[in-house]
Amino acid sequence: MTPDLVGGLESPDYASHDRAAHEPYTPVFTGDVKRELDELLTRYPTKMATLLPALWLVQRERGWVSEEGMAEVAGLLDLTPAYVKGVVTFYTMYHQHPVGKYFIQVCTTSPCGICGAEDVVKAFVRHTNTGELGLTSPDGRFTVIEVECLGACGFATPVMVNEEFIESMTPDKVPELLARLP
Amino acid sequence: MGYPHHPHPRETTVLSKHFGEADARTLGGWKKRGGYKALEKALGMQPADIVNVVKESGLRGRGGAGFPTGLKWSFMKPGDGKPHYLCCNADESEPGTFKDRELMRWTPHALVEGCAIGAYAIGAETAYVYIRGEFTEPLHWMEQAVKEAYAAGILGKNAMGSGKRIDVHVHKGAGAYICGEETALMESLEGRRGNPRIKPPFPAVSGVFGMPTTINNVETLVAAAPILLNGADWYKKMSLSNPKSTGTKLFSVCGNVQRPGTYEVVMGFPFKEFLYDLCGGPLHGRKFKAVIPGGASVPIQTMEEAEATLMDYEGFVAGGSMLGSGGVIVIDDAQSMVTVIARIARFFAHESCGQCTQCREGTAWTTKILERIRDGEGTVEDLDTLLDIGEQMTGKTICVLSDSCAVPVVSGIKKFRGEFEALIQGRRFHPVTAAVA
Repeated sequence: MTPDLVGGLESPDYASHDRAAHEPYTPVFTGDVKRELDELLTRYPTKMATLLPALWLVQRERGWVSEEGMAEVAGLLDLTPAYVKGVVTFYTMYHQHPVGKYFIQVCTTSPCGICGAEDVVKAFVRHTNTGELGLTSPDGRFTVIEVECLGACGFATPVMVNEEFIESMTPDKVPELLARLP
Repeated sequence: MGYPHHPHPRETTVLSKHFGEADARTLGGWKKRGGYKALEKALGMQPADIVNVVKESGLRGRGGAGFPTGLKWSFMKPGDGKPHYLCCNADESEPGTFKDRELMRWTPHALVEGCAIGAYAIGAETAYVYIRGEFTEPLHWMEQAVKEAYAAGILGKNAMGSGKRIDVHVHKGAGAYICGEETALMESLEGRRGNPRIKPPFPAVSGVFGMPTTINNVETLVAAAPILLNGADWYKKMSLSNPKSTGTKLFSVCGNVQRPGTYEVVMGFPFKEFLYDLCGGPLHGRKFKAVIPGGASVPIQTMEEAEATLMDYEGFVAGGSMLGSGGVIVIDDAQSMVTVIARIARFFAHESCGQCTQCREGTAWTTKILERIRDGEGTVEDLDTLLDIGEQMTGKTICVLSDSCAVPVVSGIKKFRGEFEALIQGRRFHPVTAAVA
């Protein structure tokens, strides 16, 4: 019997994410944020090299990177919006849609997998009421995803809640963690 | 030290001596511990002499490939009229590896110092530290350390009063394992998708921004400082087995083991003693079954192989694997090897950049077949198909991500074939269910 070989893995279903209500776009790079970008530009011999840092600034200010945000960055760095989108979509950490107030990433790669990471993921999905990985809870507070190796394998299971890095998470510690988030 | 545990008496702590000491993170605390003396010494030397000391020490790249560091530095030709660049690879993403994370979050100034020494030695005025975006804590401490170093005049246009310009910039990645591959890292630093480049040209000829570039791992650069301070002979003497692997090495240990953490031992240390004594052996009521000693992309070792291994570049090869990044993943008898290997394959399928067909299709096919076997739906032909795909994925692509996926799969099937066959023949995997202390 010949196995049915078809390339490409299924990607998670993000389709049910609500797009942000379409408000008029206000530029990110004004005042202090513009000055931050200007300082970044001095660090590199090309403008293009500030693309990743500039996208980080957009995400810090807006919580995600919208197409308007990409276009604004493109304009500032003499790139095309299509080019910027190509870069944004390559990296996993730029949110291309709004996410919950707390974006929770649980490492499930092999070293954590053999230490029980799957149960940690299940506990997060259950206690955050998100229903499914990649979806946001009805109250808008939580989005939970599985993430590939967070580089803290000796502290299984590592979890990131926005910028906060939490080591040695277990299913029973999940409610306590969620309860302390304002 | 075996952070987060107390140092074991059999460890030799050079790089990890100050792990866990919050004060070592500050400039004042770092100077109290002898910080920046090596840089001061370096700035009083000729760059070529620094390269010679590092060459003489036998230091080899700690990121995985083990290329001699001094030799790599010597490829950067002085006086070519071009700006040179140093890139520090702090994109540590190899599953099982978390040693650079500890170096950066406990001793950030050690890396700033290592970068400054490396930059000066290769004739570069600028060093970029490319840190993976998920490393929020290392990013914080590195940014803090760089800021302190500028304020104190250690970095900048007149580094430590030497008249030499040395800039160190922290660059935050955005989530992509492949950016730990040196040419993908350079692409990413330039503001592009992290697609690896075809070599040649090698980075020393045309690297980041098209200029001569050296890329070194965090641990490699951190090791340069004590080598300059204490001399090549001091470093060379720290080896238990052979002159080709010198100095100390950080090993990050994870998986089913009593004391996971980051340990520092001299090259050539017996792996059996390391696993059973330093790391505390298996969990209560369990037995070790297999070890992946150098991050997820090196061959899996059986316990028989692992227990006979000496921990250095040549020792791990003799033991049927590779030293790699020093990320030791320990697997016990409660785990199904098929599940473990299928999950590794899924990792590589997720992280393939998609440029090369063998990798883009091969990692996905491999994952699908392995997951089918794991779920009890495999066929007898599947194992040969996997081995065949593995061969097609090896040595045929721009970078080694494809090979890295094939290696654990092929070695896993060869060494643990029985577990695959049992699942294919409809026997479920029965894990050991003994209590764990």
